Amino acid sequence: MAQIFAYIAHKGGVVDDSAAELAVAARKIDAAAEVTAIVTGSGGDVDKACEGAAKLYAQVWKFNHADLAYPNAEIVRKLLTDVLPKDGIVLIPHDTFGMDLAPGLAIKLDSAYAPDVVGIDGMDGAVMKVVRQEFAGMAHAHVTCDTAAGAVLTLRPGSFQPENGAVSGSVTDKSGDIGDITAKRRFLEVVEAETGDVDITKADVLVSVGRGIEDQDNIGIAEELAEAMGAVVSCSRPIVDAKWLEKSRQVGTSGKTVKPKVYMALGISGSFQHLGGLKGSPFIVAVNKNPKAPIFQVADVGIVEDILEFMPALTEKLS
Amino acid sequence: MEILVCVKRVPDTAENEIEIKGDGTDIERDDLVYSVNEWDNYATEEAIQIRDNVGGSVTVVTVGDDEAEEVLRRQMAMGADKGILLSDDAFEGSDGRGIATILKAIVKKGSYDLILTGAQADDGAAQVGGMLAAMLDLPYASLVNKVDVGSGKTIKVGREIEGGNQEMSEIELPCVLSIQTGINEPRYVGIRGIRKVASVEIPTHGAGDLGLSADSVGTGAARVKRVDYFTPEMGAGAEILEGSIEEKIDKLIELLKAKGGLK
Repeated sequence: MAQIFAYIAHKGGVVDDSAAELAVAARKIDAAAEVTAIVTGSGGDVDKACEGAAKLYAQVWKFNHADLAYPNAEIVRKLLTDVLPKDGIVLIPHDTFGMDLAPGLAIKLDSAYAPDVVGIDGMDGAVMKVVRQEFAGMAHAHVTCDTAAGAVLTLRPGSFQPENGAVSGSVTDKSGDIGDITAKRRFLEVVEAETGDVDITKADVLVSVGRGIEDQDNIGIAEELAEAMGAVVSCSRPIVDAKWLEKSRQVGTSGKTVKPKVYMALGISGSFQHLGGLKGSPFIVAVNKNPKAPIFQVADVGIVEDILEFMPALTEKLS
Repeated sequence: MEILVCVKRVPDTAENEIEIKGDGTDIERDDLVYSVNEWDNYATEEAIQIRDNVGGSVTVVTVGDDEAEEVLRRQMAMGADKGILLSDDAFEGSDGRGIATILKAIVKKGSYDLILTGAQADDGAAQVGGMLAAMLDLPYASLVNKVDVGSGKTIKVGREIEGGNQEMSEIELPCVLSIQTGINEPRYVGIRGIRKVASVEIPTHGAGDLGLSADSVGTGAARVKRVDYFTPEMGAGAEILEGSIEEKIDKLIELLKAKGGLK
């Protein structure tokens, strides 16, 4: 059985939630497998992250280097290509860093690549059967991945429920194995998102619009409804891409994380990136003319209507 | 600057309800509206803007069948200078690595300073750009939402990271960038624009022209394969309100009052 490795994402030494999820995914591949956590970083951060990882993994490999202080995918890829066996199974979170790292790593390790995995059905010999989503979450697919020559998988955050029970793993300092990690891409800085005129993260009720709003001129319809409800207008990504609302109003992993009591998802299909920005179990009302929209799977109440008819009718009834 | 943009023709998920065929082998494709992958459209726009600023040319390339030519013409109507179609029965069933292998072959036939792809497409895999870069040993950045091209051998790029923050890096040319939506505002293409490029010759290359052996691409080479589409067993899902629009509104107002959604 192949060895399994898990790349541990951390920020300032605090281990990301994905670390526990990867540990669960590894057990779904092989309950008896030897799983090694890979922690890269610099100074005190990497030590702290190793401590966190050792509560989840029996073995932790530490890579400490000044150039690893900020996770630059090209540098981490070079490191992992050097230190990992070619026939291993490498688990990486499907976040913005994982998406930057994993496809190239799969090529350099000459391994199969299964991206954005949401479920693992198990192994049949060297063939792993996993679940993915296509068409913006509108179709699920069983996918086989031939791991005979190794495999890299990225796992969608939130898809694997972490289990209780801590281990006390041992940390091995592998920093001496770090070879040439010079890169043609150099990290400069992180530019923090601008704060807008309203703070949607503080709102109790959000009237959130997506593609179903169809036109910039219709934003006013949502604003009128929000006013009638005493709510704040937020939106999904396509509305910001179209520049119809400011970035500071976007809910999702690439926008704001919100914790309202009530979330009105209006003309929003419900991609996982959008839902990733919704925390604290709000009461979700979904209005969408497509009865198959994934949002109806997570909403508490669903209404199959065109929001451009529904919103004005609701506003009128409320005023 | 010589720029290559890799694009894909996909079912338009904003325009279609995706239905799975009864036997799970595919989605129902008969009445699907196809278009250029949304992310690719931003990549093409970015390439055109860079060319207009610093000079050079924009070539769009796709791997697909004859119908894929329409997306090349659409991107040429936007302002791309050339289109290349990579088409061969041997390419069918390629996984991400197979597609990247085919694209690598066409990159090697040219001389490009910048290669752009969309950040992801219909399969949500977000893989081809990163694979292509690794195969070519070129630096790479994904989820790019800003490109600053100066006169030097490096460019500045912004990547969209969690929380709406932007990670700025300096990257050496030539490089591969996967473009995120929202980086620009892709120009509108009218029917007249498409007509203008309707008769432009689009060269087609097959496996032989590209020097690709049949066992390096297609189903045979694929290590990752879709077995079937299926509808997962979900939880209860939403309580769907029925009745006339007025009845739905009355019921909703009741629920909202109970949940603190009305002030």
